[in-house]
Amino acid sequence: MAAVREAPPQAPTPNEATAAARRRRAQKLQIFGFFLFVALVPLAVHNRYHIHVLIFVGLNLILATGLNLLMGYAGQVSLGHAAFFGIGAYASGILTATYGWNPWAALLAALVVTSAVAWLVGRPTLRLHGHYLAMATLGVGIIVSVVIRQTSGLTGGSSGLPGIPAMTVFGRELTTSMDVHYFYFVWAWVCLLTVVFANLVESRPGRALRALHDSELAAETLGVDTATFKVRAFVISAAYASIAGTLYAHSSMRFLSPTPFGFHTSIALLVMVVLGGQGTLWGPVLGAITITGIQEVLRPYTNWDIVVYGLLLMFMMIVMPGGVTRGLASAWSAITDLIARRRGGTDDE
Amino acid sequence: MSETLLTVGGLCKDFGGLEAVKNVSFEVRAGQIKALIGPNGAGKTTIFNLITGVLPSDAGSAVFGEQQLLGLPTHRIAALGLGRTFQTSLLFDQMSVLENVMVGHHLAGRSTMLTAALRILGAGAEEREYRETAMVALERAGLADLAGRSAAALPIGQRRLVEVARALAAEPTLLLMDEPAAGLNMRETDRMGEIIEEIRAGGVTVLLVEHDMSLVMNISDEVLVLDGGQRLAEGTPEQVRSDERVLAAYLGEVTE
Repeated sequence: MAAVREAPPQAPTPNEATAAARRRRAQKLQIFGFFLFVALVPLAVHNRYHIHVLIFVGLNLILATGLNLLMGYAGQVSLGHAAFFGIGAYASGILTATYGWNPWAALLAALVVTSAVAWLVGRPTLRLHGHYLAMATLGVGIIVSVVIRQTSGLTGGSSGLPGIPAMTVFGRELTTSMDVHYFYFVWAWVCLLTVVFANLVESRPGRALRALHDSELAAETLGVDTATFKVRAFVISAAYASIAGTLYAHSSMRFLSPTPFGFHTSIALLVMVVLGGQGTLWGPVLGAITITGIQEVLRPYTNWDIVVYGLLLMFMMIVMPGGVTRGLASAWSAITDLIARRRGGTDDE
Repeated sequence: MSETLLTVGGLCKDFGGLEAVKNVSFEVRAGQIKALIGPNGAGKTTIFNLITGVLPSDAGSAVFGEQQLLGLPTHRIAALGLGRTFQTSLLFDQMSVLENVMVGHHLAGRSTMLTAALRILGAGAEEREYRETAMVALERAGLADLAGRSAAALPIGQRRLVEVARALAAEPTLLLMDEPAAGLNMRETDRMGEIIEEIRAGGVTVLLVEHDMSLVMNISDEVLVLDGGQRLAEGTPEQVRSDERVLAAYLGEVTE
C-alpha cells in the first residue's frame, strides 16, 4: 500500500447531516455575499470601460460555469464551446436584426437551436467511452466558424452583422448610454445561472453526474443512465453558452463579427475552468476574472494571449491540477495544520 | 422450496479464444445466500459481468423474475432490482460518504435536471428526504460518524461497508457481491458475514463470489463450484466440501 499521510484524528460529530446542512447554508451565504458585492461595484466604478470589462467578466463567467458543469461534473471536455456561444449570438442577432423579433423570443429560439445542435453532437459521441466529445466539438467549432464566415447573406460574413436592437426589460430599452443597466442585466443572469448551477450540483441528477465522473460502472449498477446524463449535461452547458451569446449580441456594440466565436475563445474558456478549478462553485469565477483581465491587458498584442493560455495550462497541470481554488484550500489547511502542530508543541514526530 | 428468482442457462463467454465461461447454468431462489466459488480464472466475476450487462454474452440466458437480462444495459438491470458490489470497492471518491449512499437513491428519485435546477415540483423535499434516509442507513451500518468524510479517505474495511450501504439504498431484490471479504482482516470478515446474513434477513437475496472458504461455508445455503469456466459441482456447503472433484480442483489431483 502507498504510504498515505495519516488523517488527523477527527472528533466524531454528533450529527453529520446537520454539518452538511450548515455547509450548504454557508455556501448560500457565500453566493448571496458575492452578488451583493457585485451589486455594489458600480457605486465605486464609474469608468465606462471598466463597466464594459465587468460585463465581459459576467459573460465569460456564464460560459465557464456551463463548461464547468460538463468538465468538472460530467468529466467530459468540449473543445468547441465558443461555437455554442456563437450559435446563440448569431441566432439572436439574425432573428432580431434581420427579422425584427422581440429579443426575448429570440433568446428562447437561440436556446432551442443551440440545445438541438448540442444534442445532435452529444448523443452519438457520448455513448462511446473516451474523449470522443472533445474531438466532435473541435469539429463543430471549426464548422460553425466557417459557416458564420461563408453564409454572408445571413450572418454578414466577415464584415459582420450590424443593427442588432437593444434588449428591452419591462418595456425599457437597455441602450448603450446606459451601460450600468446592462451590467446589472448581465449580472442578474449570472446570479440566476449560478444558483441554478449550485442547485443542480446538489441534487439527484447532479450527484448522478458526479458519480459517473468517478466511476461509470458503479453509477450504472445503481441505475444511472450514464449516456443520457452526459448528453443532458452537455446540452445544459451549451444552453449556458447560448444565453451568454444572446447577452453578447445585445451588449454595447450590438454588432457581431466571427472573431470572438473561434477556437481562440474555446481555449480561453477551457483555461478559465482549469485555472479556477474544475468541479468547484467558485473556480469559474476566479477563472473568468483572471482570463478576462489577461485578455484586456494583452489586447494590443494580438494572439499573444494564446501563448499565455498555453503556459497557464501547463503550469496548472503541473503545480495545481485541481485548480487555484483547491490549491488555495489545501495550502490553507496545510498552514492551519502547521500552526496546530506548533501549538501542540510536544507532539512526537 | 421458495420460488426461483434468477435462472441462468447455458451462459457462454469467449474472450478471443479463451473460453472464460462455458455453458454455465444455475438458479438462485428467493431468500437464499448462494455462493460462487472456484480457483482464480474460474469465471466467477465474468458471470457477474454478464448478468449485470457490463459484458455482452455470447450465448445463453439469464432470467430475473420474468425478465431476460442479457442484452439490457446495466442501468436497466439495476432498475429491475439487481444490485452489485465490486471486488475492489468502487466508491465515488470525490463525494462524501453520505453523498455516496444518496446516489443509491437515484432509482427511487423523481427529480429531473429541470426541477432540480429550479428546486420546483418537490425536488427540494426529495433532496432533504433522501439525505435523511441515507443518514439513517449510515447510522444503521454504524458509519454515521463518517457521513461527511470524503470517500477517498476511508480504509478498505469501511469502503466495503459504505459500498454495501450504497447498494442497499437502491433497495435491490437480489444483491450480487463480488468478494465482499477481500482485503478484510478476520474480525472484519466475521462482521461482513453477519452483515450478509442481516441483508438476507431483510428480504434481499444474495449471490456472492468469495475466496474466504470459512465465510462461504458458514453463511451460504448453496454453493456452486466453477473451474475453468465450467460448472464443477453444486450443493450445500457440506456436499461441496466432500466432493472429490472440488478437492481435486483446489488441491490438485489427490487420487492416483
